[in-house]
Amino acid sequence: MLRLHVNPFDYTILGIYFALVVAIGVFARRAVATSEDFLLSGRSLPAWVTGLAFISANLGAIEILGMAANGAQYGLPTVHFYWIGAVPAMVFLGVVMMPFYYGSRVRSVPEFLLRRFNPPTHLFNALTFALAAVLIAGVNLFALALVVNALIGWPIWVSIVVSALFVLAYITLGGLSGAIYNEVLQFFVIIAGLVPLVIIGLHSVGGWSGLQDKIDHTKLGAAAFSTWGGVGAGSWTNPLGDWIGIVFGLGFVLSFGYWTTNFAEVQRALSAKDLNAGQRTPLIGAYPKIFIPALTIIPGLIALAVIPKLGQPKGELTYNNAIPLLMGRYLPNGALGIALAGLLAAFMAGMAANVSSFNTVFTYDIWQTYIRKGRRDRYYLNVGRVVTVVGIVIGIGTAFIASGYSNIMNYIQLLFSFFNAPLFATFILAMFWKRTTPWAGIAGLAAGTIGAAVMHLVGYHIGYFYPHHVYDPTHATINAQMVNFYGAIAAFVADLVVTVLVSLATKPKPVSELGGLVWGVPDPNAPDPASVPKPVWWKSPKLLGGGALGIVLVLSIIFV
Amino acid sequence: MSEVPDTGAEVPQSAAARLFDLRVLIGGLFLVYGVMLTVAGFFTSSKDLAKASQININLWMGLGMLVIAVFFLGWWRLRPLRRDEPPPDATGTGTGQ
Repeated sequence: MLRLHVNPFDYTILGIYFALVVAIGVFARRAVATSEDFLLSGRSLPAWVTGLAFISANLGAIEILGMAANGAQYGLPTVHFYWIGAVPAMVFLGVVMMPFYYGSRVRSVPEFLLRRFNPPTHLFNALTFALAAVLIAGVNLFALALVVNALIGWPIWVSIVVSALFVLAYITLGGLSGAIYNEVLQFFVIIAGLVPLVIIGLHSVGGWSGLQDKIDHTKLGAAAFSTWGGVGAGSWTNPLGDWIGIVFGLGFVLSFGYWTTNFAEVQRALSAKDLNAGQRTPLIGAYPKIFIPALTIIPGLIALAVIPKLGQPKGELTYNNAIPLLMGRYLPNGALGIALAGLLAAFMAGMAANVSSFNTVFTYDIWQTYIRKGRRDRYYLNVGRVVTVVGIVIGIGTAFIASGYSNIMNYIQLLFSFFNAPLFATFILAMFWKRTTPWAGIAGLAAGTIGAAVMHLVGYHIGYFYPHHVYDPTHATINAQMVNFYGAIAAFVADLVVTVLVSLATKPKPVSELGGLVWGVPDPNAPDPASVPKPVWWKSPKLLGGGALGIVLVLSIIFV
Repeated sequence: MSEVPDTGAEVPQSAAARLFDLRVLIGGLFLVYGVMLTVAGFFTSSKDLAKASQININLWMGLGMLVIAVFFLGWWRLRPLRRDEPPPDATGTGTGQ
């Protein structure tokens, strides 16, 4: 039975945590006087806070449980999601892209598209983002309810409503500051919860070499410890497919698209107090990101080694339960309470990050831009509050739908992945090629979305995407990750080609409207670069970014 | 609600400078948790010890959390928030009062 033996000591720990979660919202309320205070923390936060929130907004429990599941199922190749995937993209955002986002004073990622392109491009991106954000918030909420139900036995609907109320309390009061402060706190609590699991687990299997011995005797075998083994194009055996898909699909297109254009992430950097802090936000986040695999993938492998039947398609012994199973097996009361608090906090953070970016995009990009222009700031502050409540109510609705039809949510997530895949191509052309025209923006995004969808449909009929390259008419054995990576490549290429062709055939914006938005076109309102004091050496974005890439390179060589 | 366009003259002042210091909160939480777990660590039963592969995890976790608490509270005491600390941002939404 997966049910954890939670005692009053654990409940006290949980109680203290949840009281503090609400207290943060109440105290952060004092710092909200304008819509920008509420939706962007008044652009006042120090870099270490926004940097940890940047990483924490992504460190939702779906990520933690999912990456542990991937660790148990695929082994160390899962690190590609971190070292090839996340870190280079975060460095690129901090060093190259933040000056355009922060320097142009846009309040959201869609707003950048509005100024660089035209209203159709803006509306397309704002609507798809806003819709995806509330739906994904609901998915997080449902996942939370499932875990609470399994671990401590609360009914699903009680968990959904209670946890939604906690999120509601701290983000309608404290706004983005409430969300960000809770994310930073959650970062430390989740780490405190996972570290003991890794220490006890490794100790009990006889250290790293003991773990390797034990994994050799499982169905995963020695391949679990080779990150780049079997990635040959044309003859892949690696669980993530060939190197083309991993490097270009996952590393270049999907990760750069997610980390550099997803507003739930970029919003954290926009709330930093100045450009240098904004640039350092993703760079400070990159360092913990490098080492998080040790807290997710290794528990997955330990679970595979010590739980004989792990990997059932249904029931308690699914890969997704790797971390809860280890918690029940190893942690005494006390440590268990901390781990549980971290896990629950991670679910709430996953939801809060989505709702707090949804309300900003809806208030500024949809309501203020298209529906009610030119009101007082007070009006938009109230709109932001109301939209937050509405977003949470939609999230609750989505969670209930998901509890009835969990497959529908998979399809919805897939659908939104089609909208996300081409974004990076559009942004990179927008920022580096001033010839890119307004109509090329929407045309490229549409073409890329279609490209991803077509590749997804066609991919299921191509034998190359199946293990041993044998087509399976039931599609059961398809390497879905690999199709996903190739779909991203297709989206990128389609977007790139169409954007360039349409740009060459239509009229570009006059250069005077592009100040601060495009490489080589300085913003006339920006302060003279010579007058801005140079940051001290350890605050240099290039140094921080280079350091993160260097560590990833060394680790990749060690675990090749 | 009147239809007065937002000319900028009536824009209310940002209150972001009144945001409390997060370091106190992190330090405080880990101090409380650290004390709770360390104390619990002195009363670890042999059953709990066997469960955690003979590691007194509550004790070690408690001590680890106390170290983090001391770090954050110490940082907060040594470098308190000073509003005039950041160089005035030329684009100015005004963190300095």
